[in-house]
Amino acid sequence: MQKQARRDGSSPAPVLTVENVSYWYGAKRALDDVSFKVYPGRVTALLGPNGAGKSTLFSLITRLFDAPEGRIEICGKSAAELGAKALAPLGVVFQQPTLDLDLTVKQNLRYFAALRGLQRSDADKRMVAALEALDMAERMGERVRALNGGHRRRVEIARSLLHGPKLLLLDEPTIGLDHPTRRAIVRHVHELARRDNIGVLWATHLFDEVEPDDDLLVIDRGKIVARGTAKAVVAETGAKDLGGAFRLLIGGEAEEDAAA
Amino acid sequence: MNAMHYLRAFAGIVWREFLRFMQQRERFFAALVRPLIWLIIFAAGFRAALGISIIPPYETYITYDVYITPGLLAMIQLFQGMQSSLSMVYDREMGSMRVLLTTPLPRWFLLVARLFAGVMVSLFQVYAFLLVAYFFGVELPPLGYLAALPALILTGMMFGSLGMLLSSTIKQLENFAGIMNFVIFPMFFASSALYPLWKMREGSLWLYYLCLYNPFTWAVELIRFAFYLQINWQALGVVSACTLLFLALSVWAYDPSFGIQQRKVGAAASD
Repeated sequence: MQKQARRDGSSPAPVLTVENVSYWYGAKRALDDVSFKVYPGRVTALLGPNGAGKSTLFSLITRLFDAPEGRIEICGKSAAELGAKALAPLGVVFQQPTLDLDLTVKQNLRYFAALRGLQRSDADKRMVAALEALDMAERMGERVRALNGGHRRRVEIARSLLHGPKLLLLDEPTIGLDHPTRRAIVRHVHELARRDNIGVLWATHLFDEVEPDDDLLVIDRGKIVARGTAKAVVAETGAKDLGGAFRLLIGGEAEEDAAA
Repeated sequence: MNAMHYLRAFAGIVWREFLRFMQQRERFFAALVRPLIWLIIFAAGFRAALGISIIPPYETYITYDVYITPGLLAMIQLFQGMQSSLSMVYDREMGSMRVLLTTPLPRWFLLVARLFAGVMVSLFQVYAFLLVAYFFGVELPPLGYLAALPALILTGMMFGSLGMLLSSTIKQLENFAGIMNFVIFPMFFASSALYPLWKMREGSLWLYYLCLYNPFTWAVELIRFAFYLQINWQALGVVSACTLLFLALSVWAYDPSFGIQQRKVGAAASD
Protein backbone atom coordinates (compact mmCIF):
# COMPACT_ATOMS: atom_id res chain seq x y z
CA MET A 1 0.00 0.00 0.00
CA GLN A 2 1.27 3.40 -0.90
CA LYS A 3 2.09 5.65 1.98
CA GLN A 4 2.77 9.33 2.20
CA ALA A 5 6.50 9.62 2.89
CA ARG A 6 7.82 11.97 5.52
CA ARG A 7 10.78 14.23 4.89
CA ASP A 8 13.03 11.89 6.87
CA GLY A 9 11.90 9.02 4.65
CA SER A 10 9.99 7.15 7.36
CA SER A 11 6.33 6.19 6.92
CA PRO A 12 3.74 8.07 8.92
CA ALA A 13 1.93 6.14 11.61
CA PRO A 14 -1.38 4.71 10.38
CA VAL A 15 -4.56 6.36 11.63
CA LEU A 16 -6.40 3.06 11.38
CA THR A 17 -5.05 -0.43 11.86
CA VAL A 18 -7.27 -3.45 11.36
CA GLU A 19 -5.57 -6.74 12.17
CA ASN A 20 -6.96 -10.22 11.64
CA VAL A 21 -10.56 -9.20 12.28
CA SER A 22 -13.23 -11.86 11.82
CA TYR A 23 -16.92 -11.62 12.57
CA TRP A 24 -19.91 -13.96 12.41
CA TYR A 25 -23.66 -13.46 12.40
CA GLY A 26 -24.59 -16.77 13.96
CA ALA A 27 -23.09 -19.39 11.68
CA LYS A 28 -22.59 -16.95 8.80
CA ARG A 29 -19.10 -15.52 8.54
CA ALA A 30 -19.33 -11.81 7.64
CA LEU A 31 -15.62 -10.95 7.90
CA ASP A 32 -12.77 -13.37 7.47
CA ASP A 33 -9.35 -12.44 8.85
CA VAL A 34 -9.42 -8.88 7.52
CA SER A 35 -6.23 -6.80 7.91
CA PHE A 36 -5.29 -3.38 6.50
CA LYS A 37 -4.07 0.08 7.43
CA VAL A 38 -5.20 3.59 6.57
CA TYR A 39 -2.61 6.37 6.48
CA PRO A 40 -2.96 10.12 7.04
CA GLY A 41 -3.47 12.18 3.91
CA ARG A 42 -4.59 9.13 1.92
CA VAL A 43 -7.96 7.99 0.68
CA THR A 44 -8.41 4.24 1.00
CA ALA A 45 -11.31 2.90 -1.02
CA LEU A 46 -13.01 -0.22 0.28
CA LEU A 47 -14.61 -1.59 -2.84
CA GLY A 48 -16.99 -4.49 -2.69
CA PRO A 49 -20.43 -5.62 -3.81
CA ASN A 50 -23.48 -5.39 -1.56
CA GLY A 51 -23.21 -7.88 1.27
CA ALA A 52 -19.41 -8.07 1.09
CA GLY A 53 -18.99 -7.02 4.72
CA LYS A 54 -18.26 -3.29 4.35
CA SER A 55 -20.90 -2.04 6.77
CA THR A 56 -20.07 -4.77 9.28
CA LEU A 57 -16.48 -3.61 9.21
CA PHE A 58 -17.61 -0.02 9.80
CA SER A 59 -19.80 -1.09 12.72
CA LEU A 60 -16.77 -2.79 14.29
CA ILE A 61 -14.46 0.18 13.72
CA THR A 62 -17.01 2.59 15.19
CA ARG A 63 -17.59 0.17 18.07
CA LEU A 64 -21.30 -0.14 17.51
CA PHE A 65 -20.34 -3.65 18.50
CA ASP A 66 -17.06 -5.24 19.44
CA ALA A 67 -14.92 -7.46 17.28
CA PRO A 68 -14.64 -10.83 19.03
CA GLU A 69 -11.53 -11.68 16.99
CA GLY A 70 -8.68 -9.46 15.88
CA ARG A 71 -7.57 -5.97 16.77
CA ILE A 72 -8.68 -2.51 15.67
CA GLU A 73 -6.63 0.61 16.52
CA ILE A 74 -7.54 4.20 15.80
CA CYS A 75 -4.46 6.42 15.90
CA GLY A 76 -2.65 3.66 17.78
CA LYS A 77 -5.35 3.21 20.40
CA SER A 78 -7.55 0.16 20.67
CA ALA A 79 -11.22 0.76 21.41
CA ALA A 80 -11.49 -2.70 22.96
CA GLU A 81 -8.88 -1.67 25.54
CA LEU A 82 -9.49 2.05 25.88
CA GLY A 83 -13.26 2.02 25.44
CA ALA A 84 -15.17 4.83 23.75
CA LYS A 85 -12.27 7.28 24.28
CA ALA A 86 -10.50 5.70 21.34
CA LEU A 87 -13.22 7.04 19.04
CA ALA A 88 -12.22 10.68 19.67
CA PRO A 89 -10.17 11.14 16.44
CA LEU A 90 -12.89 9.54 14.34
CA GLY A 91 -15.40 11.19 12.01
CA VAL A 92 -18.11 9.00 10.45
CA VAL A 93 -20.70 9.26 7.72
CA PHE A 94 -22.88 6.17 7.89
CA GLN A 95 -24.62 4.64 4.92
CA GLN A 96 -27.95 5.20 6.63
CA PRO A 97 -28.77 8.92 7.06
CA THR A 98 -28.32 9.92 10.70
CA LEU A 99 -29.52 13.53 10.79
CA ASP A 100 -32.51 14.47 12.90
CA LEU A 101 -35.07 15.48 10.29
CA ASP A 102 -37.08 17.72 12.61
CA LEU A 103 -34.12 19.83 13.66
CA THR A 104 -32.43 22.50 11.56
CA VAL A 105 -28.99 22.00 10.06
CA LYS A 106 -27.54 24.26 12.75
CA GLN A 107 -29.29 22.41 15.58
CA ASN A 108 -28.07 19.07 14.25
CA LEU A 109 -24.50 20.31 14.08
CA ARG A 110 -24.67 21.96 17.49
CA TYR A 111 -25.94 18.72 18.99
CA PHE A 112 -23.03 16.82 17.48
CA ALA A 113 -20.57 19.50 18.63
CA ALA A 114 -21.91 19.19 22.18
CA LEU A 115 -21.45 15.41 22.08
CA ARG A 116 -17.86 16.01 21.02
CA GLY A 117 -17.36 18.47 23.89
CA LEU A 118 -16.85 21.55 21.71
CA GLN A 119 -17.47 24.98 23.19
CA ARG A 120 -20.52 26.70 21.64
CA SER A 121 -18.61 29.66 20.13
CA ASP A 122 -15.87 27.40 18.76
CA ALA A 123 -18.47 24.98 17.42
CA ASP A 124 -20.32 27.78 15.62
CA LYS A 125 -17.12 28.96 13.89
CA ARG A 126 -16.25 25.44 12.79
CA MET A 127 -19.80 24.86 11.66
CA VAL A 128 -19.79 27.90 9.38
CA ALA A 129 -16.39 26.93 7.94
CA ALA A 130 -17.41 23.29 7.31
CA LEU A 131 -20.74 24.26 5.74
CA GLU A 132 -19.17 27.00 3.62
CA ALA A 133 -16.70 24.49 2.19
CA LEU A 134 -19.65 22.41 1.04
CA ASP A 135 -21.76 25.37 -0.15
CA MET A 136 -24.30 24.75 2.57
CA ALA A 137 -23.80 27.75 4.86
CA GLU A 138 -26.93 29.47 3.55
CA ARG A 139 -29.09 26.48 4.44
CA MET A 140 -28.02 26.49 8.09
CA GLY A 141 -31.38 27.62 9.43
CA GLU A 142 -33.43 25.15 7.41
CA ARG A 143 -34.93 21.97 8.76
CA VAL A 144 -33.17 18.89 7.46
CA ARG A 145 -36.52 17.53 6.28
CA ALA A 146 -36.64 20.36 3.72
CA LEU A 147 -33.26 19.43 2.18
CA ASN A 148 -32.75 17.07 -0.72
CA GLY A 149 -30.64 13.91 -0.46
CA GLY A 150 -27.46 15.52 -1.77
CA HIS A 151 -27.67 18.44 0.63
CA ARG A 152 -28.33 16.13 3.56
CA ARG A 153 -25.22 14.17 2.66
CA ARG A 154 -23.17 17.38 2.53
CA VAL A 155 -24.45 18.29 5.98
CA GLU A 156 -23.45 14.86 7.27
CA ILE A 157 -19.97 15.28 5.86
CA ALA A 158 -19.70 18.77 7.37
CA ARG A 159 -20.83 17.36 10.70
CA SER A 160 -18.30 14.54 10.61
CA LEU A 161 -15.51 17.14 10.24
CA LEU A 162 -16.56 19.53 13.02
CA HIS A 163 -14.21 18.15 15.65
CA GLY A 164 -11.20 17.95 13.32
CA PRO A 165 -10.97 14.15 12.96
CA LYS A 166 -7.77 12.39 11.96
CA LEU A 167 -9.67 9.48 10.46
CA LEU A 168 -12.81 9.85 8.36
CA LEU A 169 -15.01 6.84 7.67
CA LEU A 170 -17.49 7.14 4.82
CA ASP A 171 -19.84 4.24 4.31
CA GLU A 172 -21.27 4.59 0.79
CA PRO A 173 -21.88 8.30 1.36
CA THR A 174 -23.06 8.99 -2.18
CA ILE A 175 -25.69 6.29 -2.37
CA GLY A 176 -28.81 7.53 -4.16
CA LEU A 177 -27.20 10.79 -5.33
CA ASP A 178 -26.95 12.04 -8.90
CA HIS A 179 -23.64 11.94 -10.76
CA PRO A 180 -22.62 15.62 -10.45
CA THR A 181 -23.31 15.59 -6.70
CA ARG A 182 -21.35 12.38 -6.31
CA ARG A 183 -18.40 13.85 -8.21
CA ALA A 184 -18.48 17.00 -6.06
CA ILE A 185 -18.40 14.95 -2.86
CA VAL A 186 -15.60 12.72 -4.15
CA ARG A 187 -13.52 15.80 -5.08
CA HIS A 188 -14.16 17.48 -1.75
CA VAL A 189 -13.16 14.46 0.29
CA HIS A 190 -9.95 13.94 -1.70
CA GLU A 191 -9.09 17.59 -1.24
CA LEU A 192 -9.78 17.34 2.49
CA ALA A 193 -7.53 14.33 2.85
CA ARG A 194 -4.65 16.13 1.11
CA ARG A 195 -5.15 19.54 2.71
CA ASP A 196 -5.88 18.49 6.31
CA ASN A 197 -3.85 15.28 6.28
CA ILE A 198 -6.89 13.18 7.19
CA GLY A 199 -6.89 9.44 6.59
CA VAL A 200 -10.10 8.44 4.78
CA LEU A 201 -11.68 5.01 4.52
CA TRP A 202 -14.34 5.18 1.83
CA ALA A 203 -16.61 2.18 1.39
CA THR A 204 -18.23 2.04 -2.02
CA HIS A 205 -19.41 -0.25 -4.77
CA LEU A 206 -19.07 2.45 -7.44
CA PHE A 207 -15.83 2.32 -9.47
CA ASP A 208 -15.86 5.94 -10.55
CA GLU A 209 -15.50 7.08 -6.95
CA VAL A 210 -12.01 5.57 -6.82
CA GLU A 211 -9.12 7.71 -8.09
CA PRO A 212 -6.12 5.94 -9.69
CA ASP A 213 -3.79 6.98 -6.85
CA ASP A 214 -6.14 5.97 -4.04
CA ASP A 215 -5.24 3.00 -1.91
CA LEU A 216 -7.65 0.24 -2.75
CA LEU A 217 -9.00 -2.73 -0.84
CA VAL A 218 -11.28 -5.08 -2.73
CA ILE A 219 -13.52 -7.02 -0.38
CA ASP A 220 -15.70 -9.97 -1.30
CA ARG A 221 -17.63 -12.32 0.98
CA GLY A 222 -15.85 -10.86 4.00
CA LYS A 223 -12.32 -11.33 2.61
CA ILE A 224 -9.86 -8.80 1.24
CA VAL A 225 -9.10 -10.21 -2.21
CA ALA A 226 -6.85 -7.42 -3.56
CA ARG A 227 -4.93 -4.46 -2.22
CA GLY A 228 -2.58 -1.73 -3.48
CA THR A 229 -3.10 1.57 -5.26
CA ALA A 230 -6.06 1.43 -7.64
CA LYS A 231 -3.84 1.71 -10.70
CA ALA A 232 -1.56 -1.05 -9.39
CA VAL A 233 -4.52 -3.38 -8.83
CA VAL A 234 -5.75 -2.70 -12.37
CA ALA A 235 -2.27 -3.35 -13.76
CA GLU A 236 -1.86 -6.58 -11.77
CA THR A 237 -5.09 -8.03 -13.07
CA GLY A 238 -4.30 -6.98 -16.66
CA ALA A 239 -7.73 -5.40 -17.00
CA LYS A 240 -8.49 -2.25 -18.96
CA ASP A 241 -9.99 -0.38 -16.07
CA LEU A 242 -11.07 -0.76 -12.47
CA GLY A 243 -14.45 -2.17 -13.43
CA GLY A 244 -12.76 -4.91 -15.42
CA ALA A 245 -10.29 -5.62 -12.63
CA PHE A 246 -13.13 -5.81 -10.12
CA ARG A 247 -15.06 -8.30 -12.22
CA LEU A 248 -11.96 -10.44 -12.66
CA LEU A 249 -11.27 -10.37 -8.94
CA ILE A 250 -14.66 -11.25 -7.62
CA GLY A 251 -16.31 -13.02 -10.52
CA GLY A 252 -19.24 -12.22 -12.78
CA GLU A 253 -21.82 -12.01 -10.05
CA ALA A 254 -20.47 -8.61 -9.07
CA GLU A 255 -21.38 -7.08 -12.39
CA GLU A 256 -24.91 -6.28 -11.37
CA ASP A 257 -24.02 -5.03 -7.93
CA ALA A 258 -21.19 -2.75 -8.81
CA ALA A 259 -21.74 0.06 -11.23
CA ALA A 260 -19.49 2.49 -12.94
CA MET B 1 -12.13 14.03 27.59
CA ASN B 2 -12.65 16.07 30.71
CA ALA B 3 -15.46 17.16 32.99
CA MET B 4 -16.43 19.94 30.56
CA HIS B 5 -16.82 17.42 27.77
CA TYR B 6 -19.22 15.38 29.91
CA LEU B 7 -21.11 18.51 30.90
CA ARG B 8 -21.44 19.79 27.32
CA ALA B 9 -22.52 16.41 26.05
CA PHE B 10 -25.07 16.12 28.84
CA ALA B 11 -26.43 19.60 28.13
CA GLY B 12 -26.54 18.82 24.41
CA ILE B 13 -28.55 15.64 24.94
CA VAL B 14 -31.06 17.39 27.25
CA TRP B 15 -31.31 20.37 24.87
CA ARG B 16 -32.05 18.11 21.91
CA GLU B 17 -34.75 16.25 23.84
CA PHE B 18 -36.43 19.55 24.74
CA LEU B 19 -36.18 20.82 21.16
CA ARG B 20 -37.87 17.69 19.92
CA PHE B 21 -40.50 17.89 22.62
CA MET B 22 -41.28 21.55 21.88
CA GLN B 23 -41.66 20.76 18.20
CA GLN B 24 -44.24 18.11 18.96
CA ARG B 25 -46.91 20.31 20.55
CA GLU B 26 -49.53 17.63 20.19
CA ARG B 27 -47.38 15.44 22.43
CA PHE B 28 -47.49 18.10 25.13
CA PHE B 29 -51.25 18.52 24.87
CA ALA B 30 -51.78 14.76 24.88
CA ALA B 31 -49.63 14.53 27.99
CA LEU B 32 -51.86 17.12 29.67
CA VAL B 33 -55.26 16.07 28.36
CA ARG B 34 -54.90 12.39 29.23
CA PRO B 35 -54.59 12.83 33.01
CA LEU B 36 -57.03 15.75 32.97
CA ILE B 37 -59.71 13.49 31.55
CA TRP B 38 -59.09 11.10 34.43
CA LEU B 39 -59.16 13.95 36.90
CA ILE B 40 -62.16 15.82 35.62
CA ILE B 41 -64.42 13.06 34.32
CA PHE B 42 -63.37 9.84 36.01
CA ALA B 43 -62.66 11.33 39.43
CA ALA B 44 -65.89 13.32 39.39
CA GLY B 45 -67.91 10.15 38.96
CA PHE B 46 -65.97 8.20 41.53
CA ARG B 47 -65.97 10.96 44.11
CA ALA B 48 -69.48 10.04 45.10
CA ALA B 49 -69.13 6.28 44.72
CA LEU B 50 -65.81 5.71 46.45
CA GLY B 51 -65.07 6.82 49.98
CA ILE B 52 -61.42 7.18 50.97
CA SER B 53 -60.71 6.47 54.59
CA ILE B 54 -57.93 8.22 56.41
CA ILE B 55 -54.79 6.36 55.46
CA PRO B 56 -51.18 7.52 55.59
CA PRO B 57 -49.95 10.00 54.52
CA TYR B 58 -53.36 11.71 54.82
CA GLU B 59 -54.35 13.01 58.22
CA THR B 60 -57.88 13.92 57.31
CA TYR B 61 -60.49 12.97 54.75
CA ILE B 62 -59.50 13.96 51.26
CA THR B 63 -61.40 14.20 48.01
CA TYR B 64 -60.95 11.50 45.40
CA ASP B 65 -59.32 14.01 43.02
CA VAL B 66 -56.58 14.60 45.56
CA TYR B 67 -56.19 10.85 46.05
CA ILE B 68 -55.67 10.03 42.40
CA THR B 69 -53.38 12.98 41.61
CA PRO B 70 -50.12 11.15 42.51
CA GLY B 71 -51.25 8.22 40.37
CA LEU B 72 -51.91 10.57 37.46
CA LEU B 73 -48.49 12.16 37.88
CA ALA B 74 -46.92 8.69 37.75
CA MET B 75 -49.04 7.96 34.67
CA ILE B 76 -47.66 11.07 32.95
CA GLN B 77 -44.15 9.88 33.75
CA LEU B 78 -44.84 6.34 32.61
CA PHE B 79 -46.17 7.63 29.28
CA GLN B 80 -43.15 9.90 28.94
CA GLY B 81 -40.85 6.94 29.72
CA MET B 82 -42.53 4.92 26.98
CA GLN B 83 -42.49 7.91 24.62
CA SER B 84 -38.80 8.30 25.25
CA SER B 85 -38.18 4.65 24.48
CA LEU B 86 -40.30 4.98 21.35
CA SER B 87 -38.07 7.86 20.37
CA MET B 88 -35.01 5.64 20.95
CA VAL B 89 -36.44 2.94 18.70
CA TYR B 90 -37.22 5.63 16.12
CA ASP B 91 -33.69 7.03 16.41
CA ARG B 92 -32.29 3.55 15.98
CA GLU B 93 -34.38 2.92 12.89
CA MET B 94 -33.63 6.37 11.46
CA GLY B 95 -29.94 5.98 12.24
CA SER B 96 -29.47 8.97 14.54
CA MET B 97 -28.82 6.64 17.48
CA ARG B 98 -25.49 5.82 15.81
CA VAL B 99 -24.35 9.41 16.26
CA LEU B 100 -24.93 9.10 19.99
CA LEU B 101 -23.38 5.65 20.34
CA THR B 102 -20.18 6.58 18.47
CA THR B 103 -19.51 9.51 20.79
CA PRO B 104 -16.21 9.09 22.64
CA LEU B 105 -17.90 8.93 26.02
CA PRO B 106 -18.81 5.84 28.03
CA ARG B 107 -22.03 4.31 26.83
CA TRP B 108 -23.52 4.16 30.33
CA PHE B 109 -23.07 7.94 30.56
CA LEU B 110 -24.76 8.53 27.22
CA LEU B 111 -27.70 6.34 28.21
CA VAL B 112 -28.06 7.97 31.63
CA ALA B 113 -27.89 11.42 30.01
CA ARG B 114 -30.57 10.41 27.54
CA LEU B 115 -32.63 9.00 30.40
CA PHE B 116 -32.27 12.18 32.41
CA ALA B 117 -33.28 14.28 29.40
CA GLY B 118 -36.53 12.32 29.28
CA VAL B 119 -37.05 12.85 33.02
CA MET B 120 -36.63 16.63 32.59
CA VAL B 121 -39.31 16.61 29.91
CA SER B 122 -41.60 14.55 32.16
CA LEU B 123 -41.12 17.03 35.03
CA PHE B 124 -42.17 19.85 32.75
CA GLN B 125 -45.35 17.92 31.93
CA VAL B 126 -45.98 17.01 35.57
CA TYR B 127 -45.79 20.58 36.83
CA ALA B 128 -47.88 21.87 33.94
CA PHE B 129 -50.53 19.30 34.90
CA LEU B 130 -50.34 20.28 38.57
CA LEU B 131 -50.90 23.91 37.61
CA VAL B 132 -54.00 23.06 35.59
CA ALA B 133 -55.21 20.67 38.31
CA TYR B 134 -54.87 23.48 40.84
CA PHE B 135 -57.39 25.53 38.90
CA PHE B 136 -59.71 22.52 38.98
CA GLY B 137 -59.53 22.52 42.75
CA VAL B 138 -56.77 20.03 43.47
CA GLU B 139 -54.82 21.68 46.25
CA LEU B 140 -51.85 19.90 47.74
CA PRO B 141 -49.66 21.13 50.60
CA PRO B 142 -47.71 24.12 49.20
CA LEU B 143 -44.33 22.77 50.28
CA GLY B 144 -45.25 19.41 48.80
CA TYR B 145 -44.81 20.77 45.30
CA LEU B 146 -41.13 21.21 46.06
CA ALA B 147 -40.71 18.19 48.34
CA ALA B 148 -42.10 15.89 45.66
CA LEU B 149 -39.45 16.94 43.14
CA PRO B 150 -36.77 14.40 44.19
CA ALA B 151 -39.41 11.66 44.28
CA LEU B 152 -40.60 12.64 40.81
CA ILE B 153 -37.03 12.59 39.49
CA LEU B 154 -36.52 9.09 40.88
CA THR B 155 -39.83 7.74 39.60
CA GLY B 156 -39.14 9.38 36.22
CA MET B 157 -35.79 7.60 36.15
CA MET B 158 -37.45 4.28 36.93
CA PHE B 159 -40.03 4.60 34.14
CA GLY B 160 -37.43 5.96 31.75
CA SER B 161 -35.03 3.09 32.40
CA LEU B 162 -37.89 0.62 31.99
CA GLY B 163 -38.65 2.25 28.64
CA MET B 164 -34.98 2.14 27.67
CA LEU B 165 -34.84 -1.55 28.50
CA LEU B 166 -37.93 -2.16 26.39
CA SER B 167 -36.45 -0.14 23.52
CA SER B 168 -33.46 -2.49 23.49
CA THR B 169 -35.71 -5.51 23.03
CA ILE B 170 -38.04 -4.09 20.39
CA LYS B 171 -36.97 -4.88 16.87
CA GLN B 172 -39.27 -2.60 14.91
CA LEU B 173 -41.16 0.60 15.48
CA GLU B 174 -44.42 -1.08 14.47
CA ASN B 175 -44.20 -3.47 17.42
CA PHE B 176 -44.08 -0.65 19.87
CA ALA B 177 -47.77 0.25 20.15
CA GLY B 178 -48.57 -3.28 21.32
CA ILE B 179 -45.79 -3.19 23.88
CA MET B 180 -46.95 0.19 25.17
CA ASN B 181 -50.49 -1.05 25.74
CA PHE B 182 -49.16 -4.23 27.27
CA VAL B 183 -47.02 -2.29 29.75
CA ILE B 184 -48.83 0.97 30.50
CA PHE B 185 -52.38 -0.11 31.18
CA PRO B 186 -51.73 -3.19 33.34
CA MET B 187 -49.18 -1.22 35.35
CA PHE B 188 -51.55 1.67 35.87
CA PHE B 189 -54.69 -0.30 36.69
CA ALA B 190 -53.02 -2.93 38.87
CA SER B 191 -51.66 -0.37 41.29
CA SER B 192 -52.69 1.97 44.07
CA ALA B 193 -53.16 4.81 41.58
CA LEU B 194 -56.95 4.59 41.46
CA TYR B 195 -57.84 2.78 44.69
CA PRO B 196 -56.01 2.29 47.99
CA LEU B 197 -54.49 -1.16 48.47
CA TRP B 198 -56.80 -2.02 51.35
CA LYS B 199 -59.75 -1.47 49.04
CA MET B 200 -58.11 -3.73 46.48
CA ARG B 201 -57.63 -6.42 49.14
CA GLU B 202 -61.31 -6.33 49.98
CA GLY B 203 -62.16 -6.90 46.35
CA SER B 204 -59.64 -9.56 45.39
CA LEU B 205 -56.69 -11.02 47.25
CA TRP B 206 -54.72 -12.04 44.17
CA LEU B 207 -55.21 -8.59 42.66
CA TYR B 208 -53.97 -7.10 45.90
CA TYR B 209 -50.76 -9.14 45.65
CA LEU B 210 -50.40 -8.20 42.00
CA CYS B 211 -50.60 -4.52 42.97
CA LEU B 212 -48.15 -5.11 45.79
CA TYR B 213 -45.53 -6.48 43.41
CA ASN B 214 -46.11 -3.78 40.80
CA PRO B 215 -43.33 -1.13 40.86
CA PHE B 216 -45.88 1.44 39.68
CA THR B 217 -47.69 1.13 43.04
CA TRP B 218 -44.51 2.08 44.86
CA ALA B 219 -43.80 4.96 42.52
CA VAL B 220 -47.28 6.32 43.25
CA GLU B 221 -46.81 5.88 46.99
CA LEU B 222 -43.40 7.55 46.93
CA ILE B 223 -44.89 10.59 45.18
CA ARG B 224 -47.99 10.59 47.42
CA PHE B 225 -45.97 10.60 50.64
CA ALA B 226 -43.48 13.16 49.29
CA PHE B 227 -46.32 15.65 48.69
CA TYR B 228 -47.09 15.41 52.40
CA LEU B 229 -43.44 15.92 53.32
CA GLN B 230 -42.97 12.28 54.30
CA ILE B 231 -40.78 9.50 53.02
CA ASN B 232 -42.26 6.09 52.39
CA TRP B 233 -39.08 4.09 52.91
CA GLN B 234 -40.44 0.91 51.44
CA ALA B 235 -41.50 2.76 48.30
CA LEU B 236 -38.13 4.49 48.14
CA GLY B 237 -36.35 1.12 48.41
CA VAL B 238 -38.47 -0.57 45.74
CA VAL B 239 -38.28 2.35 43.29
CA SER B 240 -34.50 2.75 43.78
CA ALA B 241 -33.88 -0.98 43.36
CA CYS B 242 -36.07 -1.18 40.23
CA THR B 243 -34.37 1.89 38.74
CA LEU B 244 -30.94 0.35 39.28
CA LEU B 245 -32.04 -3.01 37.91
CA PHE B 246 -33.70 -1.58 34.76
CA LEU B 247 -30.79 0.77 34.17
CA ALA B 248 -28.16 -1.96 34.60
CA LEU B 249 -30.04 -4.22 32.18
CA SER B 250 -30.37 -1.35 29.66
CA VAL B 251 -26.64 -0.56 29.83
CA TRP B 252 -25.93 -4.25 29.36
CA ALA B 253 -28.34 -4.44 26.43
CA TYR B 254 -26.67 -1.48 24.73
CA ASP B 255 -23.09 -2.58 25.54
CA PRO B 256 -21.09 -3.26 22.37
CA SER B 257 -19.49 -6.39 23.84
CA PHE B 258 -22.37 -8.22 25.44
CA GLY B 259 -25.74 -6.75 24.78
CA ILE B 260 -28.62 -7.85 22.65
CA GLN B 261 -28.17 -4.66 20.62
CA GLN B 262 -25.16 -6.31 19.02
CA ARG B 263 -27.32 -8.85 17.27
CA LYS B 264 -29.84 -6.21 16.25
CA VAL B 265 -27.38 -3.64 14.90
CA GLY B 266 -25.55 -6.53 13.32
CA ALA B 267 -28.62 -7.64 11.50
CA ALA B 268 -29.08 -4.12 10.18
CA ALA B 269 -25.45 -3.88 9.11
CA SER B 270 -25.19 -7.15 7.29
CA ASP B 271 -23.78 -5.44 4.20
